[in-house]
Amino acid sequence: MTTTVTNSIPIARASAPSLAGNSGAQVVLSGVIKNFGAHRALDGIDLSIKPGELVALLGPSGCGKTTALRALSGLESIDGGSILIDGEDVAGVPTNKRDMGMVFQSYSLFPHLTVLENVEFGLRMRKVRVNERQPRAVEALEMVGLGRMASRYAHQLSGGQQQRVALARALVTRPRVLLLDEPLSALDAKVRVQLRDEIRRIQTDLGITTVFVTHDQEEALAVADRVAVMKDGAIEQIGTPEELYTTPSSAFVADFVGLSNRVPAVVDGGVVVVHGKKLPLLGELLADGNVTAYVRPEDIALERAGIPATVVASSFLGSLRRTQVRLADDSLLSIQHDVDTRPQPGDPVFLRLKGAAVSAVPRH
Amino acid sequence: MSSNQVRIGAEPGTLARTVILAIVGVVFAVPIVALIEFSFRSGLSGGYTLEHWISLFAPENARTYRDLFQSIGNSFILAVVTVAIVLVILLPTMILVHIQFPKLRRVLEFICIIPITVPAIVLVVGLAPVYSVVVKVFGGSIWTLAFAYGITVLPYAYRSIQANLDAIPVVTLSEAARSLGAGWVAVLWRVLLPNLRRGVLAASFITVAVVLGEFTIASLLNRRNLQTALLQVSQSDPWVAAILAVLALALAFVLLLIIGRLGSVGRNQSEK
Repeated sequence: MTTTVTNSIPIARASAPSLAGNSGAQVVLSGVIKNFGAHRALDGIDLSIKPGELVALLGPSGCGKTTALRALSGLESIDGGSILIDGEDVAGVPTNKRDMGMVFQSYSLFPHLTVLENVEFGLRMRKVRVNERQPRAVEALEMVGLGRMASRYAHQLSGGQQQRVALARALVTRPRVLLLDEPLSALDAKVRVQLRDEIRRIQTDLGITTVFVTHDQEEALAVADRVAVMKDGAIEQIGTPEELYTTPSSAFVADFVGLSNRVPAVVDGGVVVVHGKKLPLLGELLADGNVTAYVRPEDIALERAGIPATVVASSFLGSLRRTQVRLADDSLLSIQHDVDTRPQPGDPVFLRLKGAAVSAVPRH
Repeated sequence: MSSNQVRIGAEPGTLARTVILAIVGVVFAVPIVALIEFSFRSGLSGGYTLEHWISLFAPENARTYRDLFQSIGNSFILAVVTVAIVLVILLPTMILVHIQFPKLRRVLEFICIIPITVPAIVLVVGLAPVYSVVVKVFGGSIWTLAFAYGITVLPYAYRSIQANLDAIPVVTLSEAARSLGAGWVAVLWRVLLPNLRRGVLAASFITVAVVLGEFTIASLLNRRNLQTALLQVSQSDPWVAAILAVLALALAFVLLLIIGRLGSVGRNQSEK
């Protein structure tokens, strides 16, 4: 896994204590079901989010993560289960009464309003008086570093600026929960990383309970307190980024979170035998037989002796190097190692499995 | 590319463009110029005069032209009621279909386009028995004709509004507004309508233009509007008919100019 750190563009530093007035709600989803015709989009979602926590919903397209967020916001009704915000069941409460802030994947600023009027919109809907509305909107804009852009229109802003305004607009009403629906996916890589860090900073400053939907595992691991990996409308595993990476509960999680090599292996007496090396098995116990094991690139080392292989390619990734090698059976493996070792394509090398536990699925 | 090559779909040259525009312009301009010229004639073989224009608006002739001006008033009432029908029924329906029932969009489009394929005479044959009921329910006031006009303007109003709906992210904007605490009325009034302003205004002006120019339905349902009055008055005073036709044309022209201006204002804003 790589961690990109780019922060060349100055970002706002002013935290806004008055915006933190209504934060830290507890969110509990119990057995939430949502059907679209015959298709079950959410299949009994159970998720408990602590006050002030940032939970990322991570998964591939169509796994139900956005549907879960929209169900939480009220934009989608649910067909079963309950959604509790601080103990109050909001399943029957319309979106505009749920008191949640939301930032959308596509740009959603109102084109006919200025930036300031956009941010004031939620306060206007709550009938906040003008003399209170404007200072609060300005404060929210300063929080996202756009105080000087108040009189501009959406089409005069860059994508990143539009999403920051959308964030200020969602936060200015001091919502109980902040919902972020892939807010960074339309932005270029540099702005994405910068805004990601800024969202995390603001969320921590305000202590607001936040649900962040993304399909980008690097983004989820970087920003979240806990990550819920979703598959086929259900949560496959929920845990801290470290837990998901080091102890994935299933092959799907191992494959989806971080890089993994899929290696043919055999389960024998509860341990996985990969290229003759016995490795502990993560997750559920498997019956003896052929399996596919998921081995992390950093759990394989280049050595003077061991499994013979030939270097195919090697990439410099800043603080580390990733090398692809071909084994005698023609399968390919990725290995992560220090930058001082510089294997060249065609070089013969030897591999050693370090012995870290692996996930596996039966292979038929 | 060499100059003797001919590209299919290439723009015509300046000369060809000028000739085409000139021919089309002449075809359109000749009857209009003739109409204007005729309205200033003092007699079939005489010179020019302002007499006909002055006499139309002279106070002493008010009684003579009372029916005529009442018919013009009727047409304006019809235009206002028809615009109201478009704004109150068609616009919310289109927004609702766009946001909540996108699968019905094709059906709505088909229904709205149908009137353009139905000749007015066919519409009247169908509407005649309907209007015997309408008269019983709403009375015989002229404004009830707006129900029929509401149908005839559907294709034009639908196209204007739909073009605007397609140009803005209606679903995202309304969801964003809802998440910020707006009820459906606030979503419509504060978010969608301001962004649909161009489409709504264009639909309204086209509706006005269509209603002011409508003759067949009013005539066959025995109602008096601008066009039926024009026909009637032309049989006794052709100059008055010509003057009113010129004024009606001028009004329609101004409305179309405003529509064009609205479009260009929107483009300029988005290019800033």
